[in-house]
Amino acid sequence: MDETQNKAQDNSTHKIGIYLWIWGLLFVLSFFSYMVDWFAFQGLLRWSLILFFMFLKAGLIMAFFMHLFWERYALVNVLLWPMTAIACFIALMAAEAQYTVFTRLLYFFIGG
Amino acid sequence: MSDNTLNNLPDGFKGMSHDMGSDQTAFKGVQWGKVMMWIFLLSDTFVFSCFLISYMKGRASTVVDWPNTSEVFSLHVGDVPVPLLLIAIMTFVLITSSGTMALAVKYGYERNRKMCAWLILATAIGGLTFVGMQIFEWSKLIHEGVRPWENPFGAKQFGSFFFMITGFHGTHVSIGVIFLFIFARKTFRGDFDTGKRGYFTTMKSDYVAIEILGLYWHFVDLVWVFIFAFFYLW
Repeated sequence: MDETQNKAQDNSTHKIGIYLWIWGLLFVLSFFSYMVDWFAFQGLLRWSLILFFMFLKAGLIMAFFMHLFWERYALVNVLLWPMTAIACFIALMAAEAQYTVFTRLLYFFIGG
Repeated sequence: MSDNTLNNLPDGFKGMSHDMGSDQTAFKGVQWGKVMMWIFLLSDTFVFSCFLISYMKGRASTVVDWPNTSEVFSLHVGDVPVPLLLIAIMTFVLITSSGTMALAVKYGYERNRKMCAWLILATAIGGLTFVGMQIFEWSKLIHEGVRPWENPFGAKQFGSFFFMITGFHGTHVSIGVIFLFIFARKTFRGDFDTGKRGYFTTMKSDYVAIEILGLYWHFVDLVWVFIFAFFYLW
């Protein structure tokens, strides 16, 4: 019952510890993603590490700083499902970029 | 809506179907201003996504080498070039300000007026520092000959994407800083305790406004996470 009451009142305050933990984690993760560049990792390792730290940071910010973790599912779903449209757009444009670079190489250097 | 109705709402996915299918308010117990801010941030997400996707497309389809951001954005400490130093500091400043904002929201709901106001002010100063460093970065690059149509480091598209993306983000930060200063003043004055009516809206002030402002500020930080990853690190 306590939990539902907290959710319904919505302006429930959370313990300061959770904010400080997330804050600290964000610093550590940012430091790690900077280290990716510092040690000049290349290729697949670099990209996967960058994405990993990026999504972790974004998730922490949204879930705890922006309170999505405590919001009602109706709101959370309305916010997160449109992201699939962005994912589709990324896939489409990645394919388009491949095609553009292919035609450029073909016509600029090989000469059609 | 009475507190009793709200307390008896189911949670999770069941609660979602309950909210959406009840032929009433969809987001029960969520203050309307907060929903509106979320909808705005969702549309802003699409704008920034379009910028970053066009950057991806531009960078992936150029046949000229992309400038090495590690070197382009390095700063000299003494004689040693440190890669991405300024960008790293900017990232830490923005995260710091995000943290102070999160605490400001917490203290706002606890009706701790002074603490809340000081934390908002600290957030504003953090944001101002960030904008200042961005101005420094822009002028440095412009000095080195980076333009939206050309640059001495590599692919020509680099400049237009850089100025467009960081410029749009910087605008968001600047607008946020203005609002943070306004809200710091309102909080110090006690508007949210007395329920003083807003100048433009004529509605009663409430501490939920701090959370709404916080959402915007955290979003600015969120966008920077993506810009940092894709534009500077990739």
